[in-house]
Amino acid sequence: MSALLQQAPSWGTTFWFILAAVALLAVLLGFVTYAIYFERKVIGWMQLRIGPNRVGPLGLLQTVADVLKLLLKEDTRPQHADKALFTLAPVLAYAPAFAVLAVMPFTESIQFADLGIGLLYYIALSGITVLGVITAGWASNNKYSLIGGLRSAAQMISYEVPLVMSVVGIVLLTGSMNLREIVEAQRDVWNIVPQFIGFVVFIVAAQAELNRTPFDLPEAESELVAGYHVEYSGFRFAMFMLSEYVYMFGMGTLITILFLGGWLPIHPALSFIPGIVWFILKFSLYVFLQFWLRATMPRIRVDQLMSFAWKVLLPVALFNILLTAVVISFQNGTL
Amino acid sequence: MNQNILTTQIETSPDNGIRTEEMLLNVGPQHPSTHGVFRLIVKIDGETIREAIPVMGYLHRGTEKLAENLTYTQIIPYTDRMDYVSAMTNNYVFCHAVETMMGLEIPERAQFLRLIAMELNRVASHLVWWGTYLLDIGAMGPFLYAFRDREMILDLFNELCGARMTFNYMRIGGVKWDAPPGWVEKAKDFVQYMKKELPNYHQLVTGNEIFINRIKGIGKFDSKTALDYSLSGVMLRSSGVKWDLRKDEPYCIYDRFEFDVPTAAEGDCMARYHLRMAEIEQSLRILEQALDQFPSEGEVIGKVPRVIRPPAGETYVRIEAPRGEIGCYIASQGKDKPWRLKFKRPSFTNLQILPKLLEGESLANMIAILGSIDIVLGEVDC
Repeated sequence: MSALLQQAPSWGTTFWFILAAVALLAVLLGFVTYAIYFERKVIGWMQLRIGPNRVGPLGLLQTVADVLKLLLKEDTRPQHADKALFTLAPVLAYAPAFAVLAVMPFTESIQFADLGIGLLYYIALSGITVLGVITAGWASNNKYSLIGGLRSAAQMISYEVPLVMSVVGIVLLTGSMNLREIVEAQRDVWNIVPQFIGFVVFIVAAQAELNRTPFDLPEAESELVAGYHVEYSGFRFAMFMLSEYVYMFGMGTLITILFLGGWLPIHPALSFIPGIVWFILKFSLYVFLQFWLRATMPRIRVDQLMSFAWKVLLPVALFNILLTAVVISFQNGTL
Repeated sequence: MNQNILTTQIETSPDNGIRTEEMLLNVGPQHPSTHGVFRLIVKIDGETIREAIPVMGYLHRGTEKLAENLTYTQIIPYTDRMDYVSAMTNNYVFCHAVETMMGLEIPERAQFLRLIAMELNRVASHLVWWGTYLLDIGAMGPFLYAFRDREMILDLFNELCGARMTFNYMRIGGVKWDAPPGWVEKAKDFVQYMKKELPNYHQLVTGNEIFINRIKGIGKFDSKTALDYSLSGVMLRSSGVKWDLRKDEPYCIYDRFEFDVPTAAEGDCMARYHLRMAEIEQSLRILEQALDQFPSEGEVIGKVPRVIRPPAGETYVRIEAPRGEIGCYIASQGKDKPWRLKFKRPSFTNLQILPKLLEGESLANMIAILGSIDIVLGEVDC
């Protein structure tokens, strides 16, 4: 991909470039389609149900049918909603979710842009989504949406901080913000071992970032009906739904790269298995963890969520940075 | 309705000039966590509730008025539809009232069948509560586990009377159907199964840190408040008052069995959670004894006149339903239809404390508190 980027721009390279982007989009949509299917199946099994099994063989086309249904729905908009913002909100939530994937190295060769500050790019762009959520909550002109949107804003801002802090340890260890270099630095030992505290903080904060159980407060259906997307239906709703799953894809990728050694095998002797297989295995593990949590956990309360972020997660993340810095200085003999 | 709630206060902060306003939020009647068609108007300041007004009556069917034009036997199916989660106790309280007026003798076997049905129904009712409460708190799994086990009880009821929820099982003077062959053994198996299953429930939920944080110390009241509001059942016992009609005013044949009345002193949602779980255990204990002593033969309905005409006069009986004290008042003029019928429904009485409990709580606690009261809208509105 980077070779393609360095060539002189021509119709040929443009064509290949667009083709690659479309291919990634197709992979992504395929992932979302079957992530939803597996989520419903796995949670179904955990909850003594069967899950979707009617549309297509083994229910494999269930999500396709659902998406089609959403596409064919009437495009409704509340009469007193702010029309422009109401339309803009799903796009605001959705675009950054896709944009963050540009810097992800899935294997040594499959990567779109090898940015020097890939990690920073991810964190910066993913912060934009919250704007979409607030906009949706405000523009809907619905009280439940408004509460959901504000909760979401408070939650995302609180959890972004420990999330960023928890990866500083890795940046210290690697000495780079380039995601490819971060993976390469894990040849001997994956970051999950030296950065275990960071890993735990990251997993918890990521859960809150993704608005998933036990931190699914913005859309807490037992209190707020559906939170910020109460008034959304049809394809606008599908865009929110999609961005949520794409973020899950993004977060799973990021965790695999940062802590689980990306495409590297579990032991050098197993390197005959292609990197992409390792990547998918580790990635699936994270996605499964998501489903598992959702089937088991109750929802935390909003004030407890905030105090947990500021009083527990942030100090732990800061301690992790200090610890890492001290250990590195000690190893370098500068301490 | 209190009209004051409809005016919200607008304040402008003197420091920074930001204008803030209280917000009216209409929760229900179509809201996922009101357990039916219950409506709450809450005035909120941020996420803090300033005032809450419950609005009920969306499921009112006028059972008590309808009953005035029905014969006594015809009223029984109407009682099923009050507390539809625990219809057996409703059946019983009505039959018990008429039997008390007429001084009827109930055969031994019928007494046992009634008691077993009521206790099984109590377990089923608490299981529904457990599942839906966890659903309110945000966990979906427990709901389906609870319903799997409740399904076994419903299957037992299905064999007993052909219905799963609206049983119409009891009759004045006894019960309609005898237990089919092998039913008692199946019920025994269920009791053993449920005893093994309960620890799993606790393991899944009771120790969960998030769950404890959500419900510990909220929705608190003391025993005086509980008595002032005329609360009953678990709501009353959670504040430390030991009052269970099965023990204190034994009806049916409850005095023959050994069981405890669990109480707690905290008076919060956590206490109510623990009490309901403990009550399932006690019900299983009663069931175990009752199924062992179940008479091998006998009549299931006593000698009852063809047309039921209680003597003129009035009577009030009360029993312990899963939700609290359910009472039935009948005024008769010696005809085949009651002159006046009145039910004291525990859900309705227990719900009255809600506005007091909600004041100053957050929106998330609102759901946890409402859920812990354990209401059934069919009974609140009757």
